[in-house]
Amino acid sequence: MSISLLQGSFIIAGLLFILALAGLSKHETSKRGNVLGAIGMGLALVFTILGTVLGTGSGIWNNAAPKWAIAAILIAMLIGAAFGVFKALRVEMTGMPELIALFHSFVGLTAVLVGWNSYLEPGHADKLHYGELFVGIFIGAVTFTGSIIAYLKLSGKMKSAPLTLPHHNVLNLGALVVFLGLTVWFVLLGPAHHVGGSGAPIGLILISAMTLVSLALGLHLVASIGGGDMPVVVSMLNSYSGWAAAAAGFTLDNDLLIITGALVGSSGAYLSYIMCKAMNRSFISVIAGGFGSDGAVVGEAQDLGEHRETTAVEVADLLKNASSVIITPGYGMAVAQAQGPVADLTSKLRALGVEVRFGIHPVAGRLPGHMNVLLAEAKVPYDIVLEMDEINDDFESTDVVLVIGANDTVNPAALDDPTSPIAGMPVLEVWKANTVVVFKRSMNTGYAGVQNPLFFKDNAVMLFGDAKDRVEDIIKAL
Amino acid sequence: MQIGIPLESLPDETRVAATPKTVAQLIKLGYSVAVETGAGSKAAYPDDEYAAAGAEVVGRATAWACDVVCKINPPTDPEIAAMSEGATLISLIAAPRSPELLAQLAERNLTVLAMDSVPRISRAQSLDVISSMANIAGYRAVIEAAAAFGSFFTGQVTAAGKVPPAKVFVSGAGVAGLAAVGTARALGAIVRATDVRAEVAEQVESMGADFVAVEAGEQQQSSDGYAKEASEAYAEAAARMYAEQAKEVDIIITTALIPGKPAPRLITEEMVASMKPGSVIVDMAAVNGGNVAGSVPDQLVVTPNGVKIIGYTDLAGRLPTQASQLFATNIVNLMKLITPGKDGLIVLDMNDVVQRGVTVVSAGQVTWPPPPVSVSAAPSAAPAAAVAAKEPKPPRDPRVTYGVLGLCGAALLALFWASPVGLLGHFMVFMLAVVIGYYVIGNVSHSLHTPLMSVTNAISGIIVVGSLLGLREADSSAAIVVLSVCGILLASVNVFGGFTVTHRMLKMFRRG
Repeated sequence: MSISLLQGSFIIAGLLFILALAGLSKHETSKRGNVLGAIGMGLALVFTILGTVLGTGSGIWNNAAPKWAIAAILIAMLIGAAFGVFKALRVEMTGMPELIALFHSFVGLTAVLVGWNSYLEPGHADKLHYGELFVGIFIGAVTFTGSIIAYLKLSGKMKSAPLTLPHHNVLNLGALVVFLGLTVWFVLLGPAHHVGGSGAPIGLILISAMTLVSLALGLHLVASIGGGDMPVVVSMLNSYSGWAAAAAGFTLDNDLLIITGALVGSSGAYLSYIMCKAMNRSFISVIAGGFGSDGAVVGEAQDLGEHRETTAVEVADLLKNASSVIITPGYGMAVAQAQGPVADLTSKLRALGVEVRFGIHPVAGRLPGHMNVLLAEAKVPYDIVLEMDEINDDFESTDVVLVIGANDTVNPAALDDPTSPIAGMPVLEVWKANTVVVFKRSMNTGYAGVQNPLFFKDNAVMLFGDAKDRVEDIIKAL
Repeated sequence: MQIGIPLESLPDETRVAATPKTVAQLIKLGYSVAVETGAGSKAAYPDDEYAAAGAEVVGRATAWACDVVCKINPPTDPEIAAMSEGATLISLIAAPRSPELLAQLAERNLTVLAMDSVPRISRAQSLDVISSMANIAGYRAVIEAAAAFGSFFTGQVTAAGKVPPAKVFVSGAGVAGLAAVGTARALGAIVRATDVRAEVAEQVESMGADFVAVEAGEQQQSSDGYAKEASEAYAEAAARMYAEQAKEVDIIITTALIPGKPAPRLITEEMVASMKPGSVIVDMAAVNGGNVAGSVPDQLVVTPNGVKIIGYTDLAGRLPTQASQLFATNIVNLMKLITPGKDGLIVLDMNDVVQRGVTVVSAGQVTWPPPPVSVSAAPSAAPAAAVAAKEPKPPRDPRVTYGVLGLCGAALLALFWASPVGLLGHFMVFMLAVVIGYYVIGNVSHSLHTPLMSVTNAISGIIVVGSLLGLREADSSAAIVVLSVCGILLASVNVFGGFTVTHRMLKMFRRG
């Protein structure tokens, strides 16, 4: 097969990937975008397999793989595909963050494997290649262990509190320095590191040590970040998995990998940036980890007055007589699995002629856009689900706001109290509405450990208990 | 416990402290209700409607002997005598003006909740009868003025000629003033309003009226020595403004009341004299001495130049049905507050500022006046210190920015200089893809960020190409085969899983 044909298929695949991401910008074109991405992937896979099996007769692809390799490829792909599709069809929408973190780890691990493969292959003479190889393995390994930890934390198999080793920033920096040193040594060693070469044992030790250091760095990096920062961490790992693919592209001289990796990498970076902005935190401070460990002194010892309790029946009355209602869900809604009843309540109220809308804070949930997916699954129409910036001006003219499982994202202290650890974070200004009903299990503080003055406002009432049960009670009372 | 609703004994009182609707609500709170025969007749609530709502219709003595008595006006001596020892009375009391009444009530070992002593905090609004009655009075003041006024309120162009709209001036933009503004607007008049609190201008304008501010030049000099002179200057400016308005408008409605003091005199005799014949003034403060020179409580006075001054003090009572309903609802809201168990038993929580405020006699002890209400959640002193610490960073000198950019550029150039041409080609592709990625993702709607992440999961599975490539060397090392096959397997999970889960999610999004 001609090498030009293969490269041509890569160009088309790259273009289709860009169109896929562009298609996702709007609901109307999103499905088409996904299909275009799948077509691009199919194209690239078919041509790559053909090229591998048939050989291209020139350049780096000149060798053809042995005939039995095609069987190995197909079997591996089938197993992978079966597992992937099984997971994709079975996953609960509340479990999306875990699944995405798991997928990141696969990309990271594959990047490590590709790097090692490249190391074991004979025939590379240029020194820069060794550097690329090391960078590829490094990013891949950090992504791999980082994502595994993120997966364990998100799925609750590991406690989500940040791990705070003494001098954890020094540890991270130290790992980076060791990585750089090993890389320089490896590059200077030159082609002698190849299997059978004079420097083979040292080469093997260097690359193994580097891989271990990178794995440890990924582990420590994510372990020291707390559960509430997970939206940032997951999008950051999304970004890393892209850079890992791009680095593999450099190692293998493959532009399709570089393009795709760069797209994914910048996508993840952009999402992390949005998340950080929504929490008014710098990216560095999130990565450095340990939110709340330094600023937790404030927030207590302030007498904010008394909160008032209400009952489901009273809330039902309130809703029946309201003309506009805004629901602001948080991760607590997903934990209580209340999205189904919330959707029922929404359609009931809309049938009664009440205008119901949703206000979503960018960091609500454990993944960017997580709340939107949960609500979509519960069959809430997406055109009444609005972003914080779209809805913040409307609270003043709203009769009732239901705060379900959200806390820090509706905390007025972020705007009023410069000493608050979350000061300056943009929040949903729910307290401007006539009445705010807060669904909560108890009076405990939110993730950031900050007391919420909203609960003590004159126009706020508390509805204690499991959000799902309470919402169902309200539906019954309607 | 049983709640008694007696007939009001004041001859002009038309209101009643419970309506059939609120009787049902009281019963829901666990109480039984006894209504005196004919209690609601003046407010158009016949006895049989009370009975239908679940109340017992009883004689006078029975109604007064209940555990709780709810009424409108302060009780008379025989009424106090008719109450049973230790009972609870809920009514208007005018506590600041009637220490003897309080002593008398305490002597009978009663508990008295004064509906006119509700602290004015937003949580207590639902039981504030002063507000709910003021609202009705404001409405009625305009209706009385319209009835006494000889012309239309609204402007019209008719076959018999053009009618100009009436001009209404409302002084004081509190609850009553705003209700008057709204009613006069609804009748089609041109409405102006003023208030000493400049910040209510927005509320006045939101009701469709013009706010007339007092133009006092020296007002900003507010240091101690000038405070008094400034207020004198202010009073002068206000008087000028009232004089001007009096000449121009057809209707004046005054609502100015200062708690615990006689009403301020706003409209002087000269101003009244300067008004057009047939003009109407409603003095809503007549009971407290009046805002208008020449107003007489409960009378309509016509001045020599033909201006009608209305001094009715029972404006709210002139809407008996509505006033009773709102008053009774205020009482229900109070009962809800003091019946936490909904079991028909009153539990007074003296730590609650609202309950403490309304309780003027507690089991024979006079508890008026209550301690001053502290403004809720006063900001602690700490923020001030932190504000200083959080000073915004000064903007960076642009020269520094350009310098840093220049250095980065130079470093990159040096790096590229040392690189082989082939790598630079890849780098070009990489850089362009990063830029494209940034702009494409910047457009993605926030609600699609999760599908976006899963689709990037899928396409980053393209790394499978790297593993496939490895198999070219399958013959040279078994290790390569193992690594490659593992890589293919893992990346395939991403490719197939990623696209499938994205498709599944996107299918869920639907329009309303």
